Amino acid sequence: MVRLIDVYKEYDNGTKALKGVDLRIDDGEFVFLVGPSGSGKSTIIKLITAEIALTEGRLMVNGYNLNNISPRQVPYMRRTLGIIFQDFRLIEKKTVYENLSFAMRAVGASSREVKRRIPYVLKLVGLDQKEDRYPAQLSGGEQQRVAIARALVNNPSMIIADEPTGNLDPQRSLEIMILLEKINELGTTVLVVTHEKNLVNRFDKRVVAIENGRIISDGTGGYYNGEKI
Amino acid sequence: MARKFDAGYYFSEGFHSIFTHGFMSFAAVCMIVACLLIMGSFTLLAVNLDNMLGDMEQENELAVYIDDSYTEESARALEPALLQVPNVTEATFMTRTEALEKFRQDRGNVDILEDLPDDVFRDRYYVHIADIEQMAQTKANLEQVEGVGDVVAAVEIAEGFVLVRNVATGVALVLIGILLVVSLFIIANTIKLATFYRRDEIAIMKMCGATDGFIRWPFVVEGLVLGLTGSLVAFFLQWGLYQMVGSVIIQGNGLSLVTMIPYTAMVSTILPVFCAVGAVIGVGGSLVAIRKFLQV
Ligand SMILES: Nc1ncnc2c1ncn2[C@@H]1O[C@H](COP(=O)(O)OP(=O)(O)OP(=O)(O)O)[C@@H](O)[C@H]1O
Ligand SMILES: [Mg+2]
Repeated sequence: MVRLIDVYKEYDNGTKALKGVDLRIDDGEFVFLVGPSGSGKSTIIKLITAEIALTEGRLMVNGYNLNNISPRQVPYMRRTLGIIFQDFRLIEKKTVYENLSFAMRAVGASSREVKRRIPYVLKLVGLDQKEDRYPAQLSGGEQQRVAIARALVNNPSMIIADEPTGNLDPQRSLEIMILLEKINELGTTVLVVTHEKNLVNRFDKRVVAIENGRIISDGTGGYYNGEKI
Repeated sequence: MARKFDAGYYFSEGFHSIFTHGFMSFAAVCMIVACLLIMGSFTLLAVNLDNMLGDMEQENELAVYIDDSYTEESARALEPALLQVPNVTEATFMTRTEALEKFRQDRGNVDILEDLPDDVFRDRYYVHIADIEQMAQTKANLEQVEGVGDVVAAVEIAEGFVLVRNVATGVALVLIGILLVVSLFIIANTIKLATFYRRDEIAIMKMCGATDGFIRWPFVVEGLVLGLTGSLVAFFLQWGLYQMVGSVIIQGNGLSLVTMIPYTAMVSTILPVFCAVGAVIGVGGSLVAIRKFLQV
């Protein structure tokens, strides 16, 4: 569960990115976070992943209180999250399989656990035939699937994706969203940042709209377009 | 899940990354070798200088003349009193007759000396001391001993030796200190460059929830391996260099005024010191280098 209470974020240069955000995402939910460029979407994601600290307000992530979390606790908090980016962030010199085992080893998994878990996750994202390929030998959509597999491999309770389809064509984007929906149905909470209106409107999901650092609408179905609340 | 310390993993990661980052590893090893060679050469120079000065020091002795009024017997009895004086290690007695005899021999039995009476000479001791630096003080102390007439010592020469040695040691120490700092700095930068190439990997590990300790260990192993590799290479290169310089010096001076300590006699010191310095530079360098990248 993620909970933001009256959160403000002012960057060092004085930019006020968030101006009093209240947001609650319960376990098992699928949430789209939408809004124009510069509205503060990535800022919310970075606060949740403890990449940056908030200026004011309260923030809870999966049982960790990020207002007073110790630096030693941060890695353990992050293990409850699977993070996906627009630019995939795969290690070019490692194969698909090695990228996943690298992520598992990073949190201390044994080689037995690695051998058991990776085939399952690769099958889930539909890449079980391509485990020995290098990222450069995959299409963009396939690379993003690897990134999703990597986010899933440590069995997080929540997947956070910041514009996961930003680099993909509409068809690949749809496939990625359908995959995320499937992962959500298997029990993982999913938070997706996007500003692709058509894509959002193809799903009947909760949509949180943010503009200029404030949440302006929060409801199920359809991208907020200025008329509908 | 999440075992505390997976040494096998750290070693395989550490070794693996040495090979995947071949050029940087090569550069780091070269730097360590260069630093150790420069430091080693200066140290060996200083050690050899000190050794040569030590040789000269041994030939340095004080002549302690016994008062004329003492019989040979009572002069001999003074030995324990002389040995009591601090810094004195050895006292060799010589009678006035022996002294005359030696004097004649040294001058090649020239006729004029033929009828020199032996009471021109006095009974004397030749005294060796432990610390040449305290020669002046020891001389004064010896003169205080009952029955000692006067003491002749090359205090100025001794002080000259000491000065040369102290300056040489001081210069070497300062140079080694500077080189140590410089090499640590260079290694830190070399490894920082290597970590820079891997900042994406580190960022991904952090994103997945790896602890700082976990991220650090493979780099520590890598630094250690690079440091020790550099030490070994430097050790053998230093050996070759030393032999080479040695043979040039011996060819260049047939009288062999310059004596060199054989490398093999110093191996048990050089090898551990090289390894220790290499390990410290390697591990220290990687710790310094990755500190910055852990702050995410
Ligand atoms: N590190 C930073 N330092 C200063 N200002 C920042 C920083 N990161 C973001 N900002 C500013 O904060 C505001 C919100 O940025 P944020 O990245 O959250 O936007 P976004 O909604 O993710 O936009 P986009 O859709 O373009 O990714 C913007 O005005 C941006 O310029
Ligand atoms: Mg953004």
